[in-house]
Amino acid sequence: MTAALALSGVTKRYDSFALQDITLDMPQGQIMGLVGVNGAGKTTLLRILSGLARADSGTVEVLGHAMPAQQVAVKKELGFASEDMRLYKSQTLRWHMDFIRAIYPGWDEAYAADLLRRFDLRPEQTLAGFSHGQRVKALLLLNFARRPKLLLLDEPTTGLDPVARDEVLQALADILRDDARSVLFSSHNTRDIEQLADTISFVHQGRLLASKDKESFLDDWRRIICQGTWPAEAHGWPEIAMTRQNGSLLELRVRQFSDGLVGRLQAQGLEIRSAEAMSLEDIFVTTVRAGGAA
Amino acid sequence: MHTVHIKYAQWVAVSAELFLSTTDSTPMYQQIVDQITAKVIAGDWKPGQALPSIRELASASRVSVITVKRAYADLMLAGIIVTRHGMGSFVAESSDLPTDLLRAEFTQHFDALLACAARLGITRNEIRHMLDDEQAAPTPDTSGGSTP
Repeated sequence: MTAALALSGVTKRYDSFALQDITLDMPQGQIMGLVGVNGAGKTTLLRILSGLARADSGTVEVLGHAMPAQQVAVKKELGFASEDMRLYKSQTLRWHMDFIRAIYPGWDEAYAADLLRRFDLRPEQTLAGFSHGQRVKALLLLNFARRPKLLLLDEPTTGLDPVARDEVLQALADILRDDARSVLFSSHNTRDIEQLADTISFVHQGRLLASKDKESFLDDWRRIICQGTWPAEAHGWPEIAMTRQNGSLLELRVRQFSDGLVGRLQAQGLEIRSAEAMSLEDIFVTTVRAGGAA
Repeated sequence: MHTVHIKYAQWVAVSAELFLSTTDSTPMYQQIVDQITAKVIAGDWKPGQALPSIRELASASRVSVITVKRAYADLMLAGIIVTRHGMGSFVAESSDLPTDLLRAEFTQHFDALLACAARLGITRNEIRHMLDDEQAAPTPDTSGGSTP
């Protein structure tokens, strides 16, 4: 099985920002969520994968083709939706649909009609009259209806109202029925990612902090509340990402939870009150604050 | 007299949609395990019946493929479903499965009750008395409606 994408040692420098040494693989048939704050490098990464930007060094492979050398072959099977993509304001959505259909033979008109209805868009309206949310939905429609093998979506749910967001998530869920299709999407909304992604990748300040399958992410991390004082001997335990003390209460954020760890904490005289799973958002924020790997 | 036999397809497509909540503190895979178990207990999904494929259930319930994979693995370990290579997953072929699952649930509640009683210092004898009292008291009628 070919990988949907494979990056190795990818670096890209701009004046004020650099994407550094990104190595990342994604098997076909997966949905991967890219999590990062503004300016973390998510868009740059997606632009390199789509062939819109060229890496300074490292290798990039998309759907088994080397990029950017074989980008013509890749683009037939690749969809990329990003907010900074321009649509023609004076033309209607129908005009855009016909334009895309003329270029891509995989265009599925019945699916496009279904998406028009679900996204609540009017094909005869010119793009100038579209709201921000409608433009985002139009761009997603133009990409989804081509049924590309790999979809790169930059913040597909940002700025959408709750109903539109729900429809976009539904359209993404439809895609995962097909094990030959893959999606890489970035989002501020970790809940969207937590729900649909198989793999999660954290990007921060141009670096890849972690990339793991979602279930192990959620399994490994715990928030533990104990009674007692954090002992000096325990400083530097690699499993502990963060500690907070308030009176006799101690909160631990643990990146590698295990029964063994519980035993060691108890041996330090700590009484464990609770050990709860953490949300992806908490895990991400803790990872960034702890300044290390997840 | 002519009787018309209508043959219904044995292969009734099961709905792959589960009702999952992103705000529930129960992990998503556990919600899937719980709901499938409940469907088997209720008889919605019968022994031997084919389960939706992992991708189908993921798509219909809007949850990631890896989460459904994990739930199916747990259900397999628990003996609730079986997976046949290349054919997908099926509800386990034991006819006692719904009863067994219900019994397991009862045992769990029973053990929890004993543990709670121990913490409160309630003796076995006191529990026995409680059971006797409960039996003597008029039990609420659950068989019919509650028309006054």
